[in-house]
Amino acid sequence: MKKELKDKTKEAIVAYGFLMPNLLGFLLFTSIPVLASLGLSFVKWDLLSEGPRFVGLANFMELTKDPFFGKYCWNTLVLMMAIPISMAGSLLLAIALNQRLRGTVIFRTVYFLPTICSGVAIFMLWRLIYNPNFGLLNSLTAQFGDMLGLRLTGPNWLTDEAWAKPAFIIMSVWQSIGGYNMILYLAALQGVPRDLYDAAEVDGANSWQKFWNVTWPQISPTTFFIATMSLIGGFQAGFDQAYIMTGGGPNGSTTTIIYYIFNNAFEWYRMGYAAAISWVLFLIIFVVTVVKWRFFGRAVHYT
Amino acid sequence: MGHHIDSLIQEEMKQEIAASVSRSKRKRTVKVVTELKERSPLKRKLQRAGLFMALCVGAVSMAAPFLWMVSTSLAEAGQVFSESRSWWQEWLPVSFVWQNYVKVWSVVPFAQFYLNSILVSLCITFGQVATSAMAAYAFARLNFPGRDRIFFGYLATMMIPGAVTMIPVFILLRHLGWIDTYKALILPGIFTAYGTFMLRQFFLTLPKDLEDAAKIDGCSYVRIFWHIILPLSKPALATLTTFTFMGSWMNLMWPLIVVNTHTKYTLPVGLAYFQGVHGTDWTLLMAASMMMILPILIVFLFNQRFFVEGIKLTGIKG
Repeated sequence: MKKELKDKTKEAIVAYGFLMPNLLGFLLFTSIPVLASLGLSFVKWDLLSEGPRFVGLANFMELTKDPFFGKYCWNTLVLMMAIPISMAGSLLLAIALNQRLRGTVIFRTVYFLPTICSGVAIFMLWRLIYNPNFGLLNSLTAQFGDMLGLRLTGPNWLTDEAWAKPAFIIMSVWQSIGGYNMILYLAALQGVPRDLYDAAEVDGANSWQKFWNVTWPQISPTTFFIATMSLIGGFQAGFDQAYIMTGGGPNGSTTTIIYYIFNNAFEWYRMGYAAAISWVLFLIIFVVTVVKWRFFGRAVHYT
Repeated sequence: MGHHIDSLIQEEMKQEIAASVSRSKRKRTVKVVTELKERSPLKRKLQRAGLFMALCVGAVSMAAPFLWMVSTSLAEAGQVFSESRSWWQEWLPVSFVWQNYVKVWSVVPFAQFYLNSILVSLCITFGQVATSAMAAYAFARLNFPGRDRIFFGYLATMMIPGAVTMIPVFILLRHLGWIDTYKALILPGIFTAYGTFMLRQFFLTLPKDLEDAAKIDGCSYVRIFWHIILPLSKPALATLTTFTFMGSWMNLMWPLIVVNTHTKYTLPVGLAYFQGVHGTDWTLLMAASMMMILPILIVFLFNQRFFVEGIKLTGIKG
């Protein structure tokens, strides 16, 4: 009895020893900051003047009247159009790669390249691709026109308000279509039991019917997982690309919520206001995720 | 004791071998099934050829921007702007101005950026994998008062966007006088709930009898962690290592926030700065960008299979 107690105490001490480095960091850089951020959202503070000034809900009230915030939320949503497009593309690619064709590994590597190389370097590359005078897209357009004997000129992708968002969406699709989602879909497709297809064939199902009645329900947990993760990511996305390629312009048309938080906090030193926006962002993500679970979670087919 | 562990490891290897045998058996059955199914070989062949062509077209359009990047990075400075280039000159490097790659290092303190990036990414990766693995072991395998409550605390923060914590952490670092130091670049990046969570989930799937046997042999927790848990968790550890390294290598926003002198810039910030100063020097910018993605590219090409496994692992477990 006494030995058992001693063992238990010893185990607890060892456990806290293992936990301590991570727990301390977690407290210092995550859990305390979360609480501090909530507190910050009720103050005004520019870091320069004497100290934070409590303003109650003023930051949140200001947010409801801030036309820029509404606009940037809208931008974020429009840019998230890339998610369904690239998910559909990922699924198509995964189905194609699942046919055991020659060179599957090479295809997978090439399709995965844009995901691997994401980041500042690739945004630089796309800034050049979208250059209206000598960028890849517009020179291709012009050359295509030459072949037809027409004079085609492409748009000013990144400096025209109407084209900047589509430009970002095209780039996002290029970047994510062959990435993680395709690999996850590929794994899901390989996990569908073969006898289900055999049974469907016996029933005389064609390819489309097999996809719709066997494949799609079977891979629905993967679809649900990818959609959830992409949504959560999508609301927080858009800083790096806009910072490098457009600076958030033209006329704020590529500024997303996260960029607005960055600007408020680290360009204009409005710490309280930035914290308030970050909490609204969290709330949006939370609500969307919960709603998604409630309404679509049920439709997901789990085996 | 050592002998006991050896025999356990042999048992592991036996299981490995059994698994690989059953894998190859499965492959054979699949082959038989597909052969049986080829009812109209010609139609099927045509279909597959069409699909193959479509995949090729897709692959070309995925790779095209990279090809163009390479050819631009090797072009003469004036060449990019000239509209007289014909289409094949756009794609194929007509000139090989390797000098561009050399010049980058002298135009901006590129070597410094590179070293900073390597230092910061390595420290974050090592710190995160080490502390996460230790915490995950405690959560998955040890009993201690408050365990479930603390773990719930970790879980609860996983949904909170990084933007929420970034402002208070900045203020904290400012108070500590750590702004513009390597500490500010590295320390906050080390501690994530995600790494701990992922490794904990993986540790839970490991069979427990190995440890029980080791415990009976009088093995300490530290030895169990080091000699049993860690070796069995190589795929999960490798995945976390890779993704953490890539994440910190690419991170733009955090260094932008906490660092303001050139000598502390990491590559992403350095590249953004480069763009600000020599924004129209496209050949140099592309050469610099190439050099930034090169390490990641090499890691990927050599560890591809394992990348794929890692994604499946995190996708299913995360």
